[in-house]
Amino acid sequence: MRFWLNGKQTDVDGVAADITLLQHLRESRSSLGTKEGCASGDCGACTLLVSDDDGSYRSVNSCLMPLASVQGRQVLTVEGLAQAGELHPIQQAMIDTHASQCGFCTPGFAMSLAGANQHAVEGDGRAHILDAISGNLCRCTGYKPIVEAGLQVLPKPNPLPPAPACETRTAQPLPGYWQPTSETELRGLLEQYPDARLIAGGTDLMLEGTQQYRELRQLIDLSHIKSLTRIDSAGDTLCIGAAATYSAQEKALSALAPAYVSFLLRLGSRQIRNRGTLGGNICNASPIADTPPWLLVQEAELIIGKAGGGFRYERLEDFYVDYKKTTLAAGEYLADVRLSRARLKCPAKLYKVSKRFEDDISAVCGAFLINPNGQLRIAFGGMAAVPKRARATEAFINKQDWRNPEKWSAIIDQAAQYLAQDFTPMTDVRASSEYRAAMAHSLLRKACRALVVGDDVEVGIYA
Amino acid sequence: MRKLTDRKPTPPRPHTQAAQLGGSTPHESARLHVTGMAQYVDDTATPENLLYVATGQSIHAHAKVLAMDLSAVWASPGVVDVVVQADIPGKVDVAPVYSGDPLLAGDEVQYVGQPLFAVAATSMAAAQRAVKCAKVDYDVLPAVLEIEQALAQDSFVLPQHKLLMGDPDAAIDTAPHQISGEVYVRGQEHFYLEGQISQATPLEDGALHVLSSSQHPTEVQKLVAEVLDLPFHKVVAEVRRMGGGFGGKETQAAPLACLAALFAQRTGRPVRYRMPRHDDMVQTGKRHDFLNRYRVGFNDDGRLLGVDMTLAGKCGYSADLSDGIVDRAMFHADNAYYLNNASILGLRCKTHTVSNTAFRGFGGPKGVLAVECMMDDIARHLGKDPLDVRIENLYQPGRDETPYGQTIEQHQLPAIIEALEQSSNYRARRAEITAYNASHETTKRGLALTPVKFGISFTAKHLNQAGALLHLYTDGSMQISHGGTEMGQGLYSKIQTIVAHAFGQPLSQVAVVSTRTDKVPNTSPTAASSGTDLNGMAALNACEKIKADLRAFAVEHFQVAATEVQFLEGAVKLGAESMAFAEFIQLAYLNRVPLSATGFYRTPKINYDRASAKGRPFLYFANGAAVSEVIIDTETGEYRVTQVDVLHDVGSSLNPAIDIGQIEGGFVQGMGWLTSEELLWDDTGRVISNSPANYKIPTAHDVPVAFNVVLFDQANQEATVHRSKAVGEPPLMLAISVWAALRDACASVANYQISPRINAPATPEQVYWAVQQAKAFAAKGGAQ
Repeated sequence: MRFWLNGKQTDVDGVAADITLLQHLRESRSSLGTKEGCASGDCGACTLLVSDDDGSYRSVNSCLMPLASVQGRQVLTVEGLAQAGELHPIQQAMIDTHASQCGFCTPGFAMSLAGANQHAVEGDGRAHILDAISGNLCRCTGYKPIVEAGLQVLPKPNPLPPAPACETRTAQPLPGYWQPTSETELRGLLEQYPDARLIAGGTDLMLEGTQQYRELRQLIDLSHIKSLTRIDSAGDTLCIGAAATYSAQEKALSALAPAYVSFLLRLGSRQIRNRGTLGGNICNASPIADTPPWLLVQEAELIIGKAGGGFRYERLEDFYVDYKKTTLAAGEYLADVRLSRARLKCPAKLYKVSKRFEDDISAVCGAFLINPNGQLRIAFGGMAAVPKRARATEAFINKQDWRNPEKWSAIIDQAAQYLAQDFTPMTDVRASSEYRAAMAHSLLRKACRALVVGDDVEVGIYA
Repeated sequence: MRKLTDRKPTPPRPHTQAAQLGGSTPHESARLHVTGMAQYVDDTATPENLLYVATGQSIHAHAKVLAMDLSAVWASPGVVDVVVQADIPGKVDVAPVYSGDPLLAGDEVQYVGQPLFAVAATSMAAAQRAVKCAKVDYDVLPAVLEIEQALAQDSFVLPQHKLLMGDPDAAIDTAPHQISGEVYVRGQEHFYLEGQISQATPLEDGALHVLSSSQHPTEVQKLVAEVLDLPFHKVVAEVRRMGGGFGGKETQAAPLACLAALFAQRTGRPVRYRMPRHDDMVQTGKRHDFLNRYRVGFNDDGRLLGVDMTLAGKCGYSADLSDGIVDRAMFHADNAYYLNNASILGLRCKTHTVSNTAFRGFGGPKGVLAVECMMDDIARHLGKDPLDVRIENLYQPGRDETPYGQTIEQHQLPAIIEALEQSSNYRARRAEITAYNASHETTKRGLALTPVKFGISFTAKHLNQAGALLHLYTDGSMQISHGGTEMGQGLYSKIQTIVAHAFGQPLSQVAVVSTRTDKVPNTSPTAASSGTDLNGMAALNACEKIKADLRAFAVEHFQVAATEVQFLEGAVKLGAESMAFAEFIQLAYLNRVPLSATGFYRTPKINYDRASAKGRPFLYFANGAAVSEVIIDTETGEYRVTQVDVLHDVGSSLNPAIDIGQIEGGFVQGMGWLTSEELLWDDTGRVISNSPANYKIPTAHDVPVAFNVVLFDQANQEATVHRSKAVGEPPLMLAISVWAALRDACASVANYQISPRINAPATPEQVYWAVQQAKAFAAKGGAQ
């Protein structure tokens, strides 16, 4: 395979399919400015920039990025920021604002901020900077000087070195790693390599290697299949390709699904959202995945492709079987997710409760929607073994005059007993079962208050 | 040398300005940090034959080890060597103060994650895969996992200690008001961004060079030598910089160095031991959990008449530094307040969990939180603003004796609090917030001002010493070595400033080189906020020695008075004449003047008698105060810190930018400890907050836009280095204002009539339950 490292053509072979970009840089390229802090995509010390098809750069956690996935891309590391001995303006600003103490997180911050500074920025500069560093942890400074450095450079965009035009693309950049460009190719690979794992962003899958030291010998990368990355909103249906990243969804859906897009700011970090995909979030089948509750109240439908050809359709609600189990059979892949545009316009509320506002996993995530028939739809994450609709609660509420400003509150009081029928949440590191149960009820109350009387406060974004 | 340099004497470098004290110059490594060129241990060159270490870990909290079958470990690909306890040639116990920390467990394990054996393999992945192949038979024993259990079973790592002043029982019993309370304060994971790491390289004749990310290279040297049964002079420990320490690398770094060195000795190959984040979070000690209980008597004004406090620390399975940590919690259970009559009991609980260790504040924060919790409870009881109760009890001349017999001599806090009360507009905001809370149900706001008084000096007296080694070269450039380590706190920058300033030279003339046990021996850990106080004075002492020789030379050579020889503005003033510094140094060299010196410092005045529990453990106190405002969601317990104002005393600042960085960073770290960072174990003793995915330190979003930090500009009355004060730990406790403000917001739900219990950290869940307490109280009709 071939990629460009800070402008230098770099050819690689004889490397395992599951080696990460970070491992390769540190172990084989003596590119030591990029640090490993956690190897799980949580700290951002390994953040670097990778060129995208549109020629701009995206920040990624190199600890979770397969080396093979950067085939044909330019990778910019902290060593490539300074040009001709001149520091990049963000580097100088970080010196001037005293933004480094121990310095270990600093290269990652510099890369996130250089990425945020590559184009002109409109709107709230501070929000833009916070978003850019949402996946970077610093334990020394308290962040204030880092944010200041970002704000200092923001008014003047500093373009990054142009990414070389992609000259080489092979279907198999490294042994055991395939990058098909069509679903036909993908189906062939699925037939030929039934044990291969599907990878898109790899933000969860790669943890098997970096945390449990398991080998991932065969990986099929979905991110170059156009039909799986597209977001198509023509007609009555919104189709989101399973391999569409969260960042791509944010860009494409800001007008169509603003509540969902602003909710995505609490899913992972900018680095994670640049890599993670909707299909990954769904197929990983985690009970605390953040998109399924919203997709459940949207009554999303999944289009599932088969190795032998053809598709099957399944409602998302039927897709989840049990903890981390779905109906996805061997040789099947999630192609895209279909949503009704009419339903997207319905009044809806999305809430997430976690210990930390950014880049945390939900204790409870709640989605609420009044469907075109005026029926309330409720779904929760973190309340059961799978993301789940609150069927008994919905049935109770929809029989009541719950949209009456005089009556809604008493109805919600009574709804608690139906939530208890729907869910028996567990106690774990994130929350106690009692708190989860209380939160499901609180979020239902918040949603109904917002939907009925329009009174909605979220302290997390209160400034 | 035969010939002196013919380079032009004045170096044409960027910082030609003579170094100034109190200038906000960047961190000495700032440019290396932002370019990724700063080297950490894992960035050193990797020789072809480098080996990597991993350890096999206990899966039980307490068990007898009946048998270990390591044949599959040996057979695992890439494995070069495997060691168990019996393979250790020297001392097995690597405990820093007392005993009980085996490098590898023998026939008993005492916490989940305790290393049983270690592997050296050709890659980190190979080592990590190999350790999972062991078959270990255990006989599981009952485990003590919680403080309450330890108290019930008299399970302690060390005997208790008690401070006593006056007759607290009588004072409390006869006081107009008595209340009691309890707060559970969880510990904290250090989460230094650079995990624990060490690399050992064999040298000739059995000697070893050990690179370590350690706050205490001398202890690394000592323990490596003891484990390998070598004289200390065969081991050199070196630390250039750490990617964060915070106390977590004071004792916890040494076992990695010992295992790397053991394999290096056995295999003759260089060995690196880097802990993956998961191992680091499971196998290394953290801040102690504390269960604090108090009984207090006070008058109608809220003035304390007597206090009886018990502080029980969860030490884990061994003593480590817990004696000093629980002592420091006790020494700070008064925080800023005159207790009048007091009994403060400190208990060192033994649990079958990882041995807890130093963490910024070293027990102090737990004592401070206990008394601040009490202040709020008194205020609610009397219906007063907590700030008034705090001010009522501040140490004042005449009310200035601490429970351990030290008299408070510098009274900065009344002035700091008054200034902060004004600058933060505390009273007007209090009124506005109270009005807001009366008219809002789903959101409530909270406000709190809390002070910090933090004692500076190691409480182990002998550690209050430091050494330095200064070399002056004939081009006028200098190298300074000292006993302190750089973990981001800016110690090297301050030392560089002190030395450059002493010679009137620009900073670029002084290189602060890595801390090595062959340069400065027998050093103390860089801890207790003492780095600059101790090593800065030792460096200054070395400067003064060389300057004295240079001055004597100049007096004789140039026939000027000693007072006319001055090192100023990059040159040497010799009466009316002036000479370029390098030229003068070359002349001194040719005249055989010594250009190298060691420096030494020992802290004066300090003493503590453990038998009577009285003395002066601290040379002085660093002071500060913070006002924090929060808003909470009463339906979920979620919250946001909306404003923070800090006024903090660093004496005469050597570098305001670095000091403000310590204050801001310490505050946010303290805020994390008290809000989102929740250390949790399951009921088998396994740490379940074992990854940054489930242990959440603050992100930039959590820091309020309105975060104002101002230095209280007043010289230290004690003769510290250029009258500065220590700054590393004290600001962490300023964040107690956030915890108190959250509690204030919860109390507002019951119209401030109760002080709902909130343990620390005040996660959204904790805040939610506190709101429920207040709601239940209000529903019953409030106070009668």
